[in-house]
Amino acid sequence: MIRLEHVVKRYHTRHGTHPVLNGVSLQLNRGDKLGILGRNGSGKSTLIRIISGAELPTDGRVIRQMSVSWPLAFGGSFQGSLTGMDNLRFICRVYGADFKSALPFVQEFSELGKFLREPVKTYSSGMSARLAFAISMAIEFDCFLIDEVIAVGDTRFHDKCRQELFEKRRDRALIVVSHEAHNIREHCTRACVLRDGLLQEYPDVDSAYESYNTPEIPGSANRAA
Amino acid sequence: MTDAASHTGAFAQGLRVQSRVVGALIMREIITRYGRHNIGFMWIFVEPMMFTLGVVSLYLLFNHHPPGVSLVPFTIIGYSTVLLWRNTISRCGNAIEPNRSLLHHRHVRVIDLFIARLILEVAGTSIAFLILATLMVFTGLMPPPDDILEMIVAWALLGWFAMCMGLLIGSLAVVSDAVERVWHVCAYLFLPVSGAFYMVDWLPRALQPWALLIPSVNCVELLRDGYFGAQVHAHYDIAYVAVVNILLMLAALLTLKRVATTVEGA
Repeated sequence: MIRLEHVVKRYHTRHGTHPVLNGVSLQLNRGDKLGILGRNGSGKSTLIRIISGAELPTDGRVIRQMSVSWPLAFGGSFQGSLTGMDNLRFICRVYGADFKSALPFVQEFSELGKFLREPVKTYSSGMSARLAFAISMAIEFDCFLIDEVIAVGDTRFHDKCRQELFEKRRDRALIVVSHEAHNIREHCTRACVLRDGLLQEYPDVDSAYESYNTPEIPGSANRAA
Repeated sequence: MTDAASHTGAFAQGLRVQSRVVGALIMREIITRYGRHNIGFMWIFVEPMMFTLGVVSLYLLFNHHPPGVSLVPFTIIGYSTVLLWRNTISRCGNAIEPNRSLLHHRHVRVIDLFIARLILEVAGTSIAFLILATLMVFTGLMPPPDDILEMIVAWALLGWFAMCMGLLIGSLAVVSDAVERVWHVCAYLFLPVSGAFYMVDWLPRALQPWALLIPSVNCVELLRDGYFGAQVHAHYDIAYVAVVNILLMLAALLTLKRVATTVEGA
């Protein structure tokens, strides 16, 4: 179970404090598949980093009673000067996983071949996404956090992700944040909209999407497009 | 389970995770700093050894003899202490930026980035000093030390000072880039007064109490007292250094606590 209790996050900027999350509460049980819709800049990535524990909330509490992955995003989470292989070694050490048994899967899934021995900073975004996904699948988590990562990559990559994450690990919990509804519609059973720093849950994905798509201010729908 | 027992359990678990993370970070630092080519991680201590040997050679070349003590041990001890504090502190100035993305992993905390670098630097300069001094003693270029335990205490005190300073400078550098730049200038200007190249006894009596306000001076004096024994008249105050170190550590940890929440993975 993961529970967020009235989580507040404010950033300090040159222009004073910038509130991002204004009291977000949420409970996720084992096996729940939650989609969070939000426009660019709504605080989706901040929220997912707070859920993962990579960032601490300014106020409120996060209680984790199952193992949670790091936020799987396009790049990030890797040290750029290290090779893909050394990043895998690092992550295995940090999470207490066995490198030798993780390696074959990562080699196979990432399809990076000899590039696995090149520094990660030389990778394209597609290559980073493949590596990120492969490494996170090599380490077992009860809950996976996905920050738009399935939005990159070709059909083949999507099919492989679908198979590994949504079929083989269908018993795991999942949080997907996206500004597009189709990822969420496809994989989630619960849906929320993050707006004005508040998280609103809807009875189903369609009503969440409908609310998300309804412009509050004339013109805001165009801005999001 | 009682409350106390569950707390101890949580603490032990936390300690296990943190040592795993620091270990992983040390390996990560070694790979990018030294790579796997030629002697690889051995550069950690070969590099400072080369530095010290270079300085000793220069002194020998210019026949620059310190009064009353032999040149080789005096210079090796002095320059090794410089490497201990200077390398340790400067490696903390830019500890976060290259590792920022690793903060995406919950177990990796800002303090771990510092701890990994501090351990690596203190270990490197200590091993370099140990190997160099042992080699010199065995080849007869340096007589054996008078009191090894006293030397260990002195080295530990200076290492402690360097770690606190490193943590403080590193944390302040998060607030402003200027801190790191200013620190480099300070380190350079601090070099002649750090105690590495003189003994307090050589100073005019009026200057001596001022020199002893500098923690590193006390440490180097104690180190030389341990090595040379009765050959030198050392001035130091261990309690003073310990108090300064404790205050520095407190300041460093408080600063780090304040700034760590503002650092995000990216």
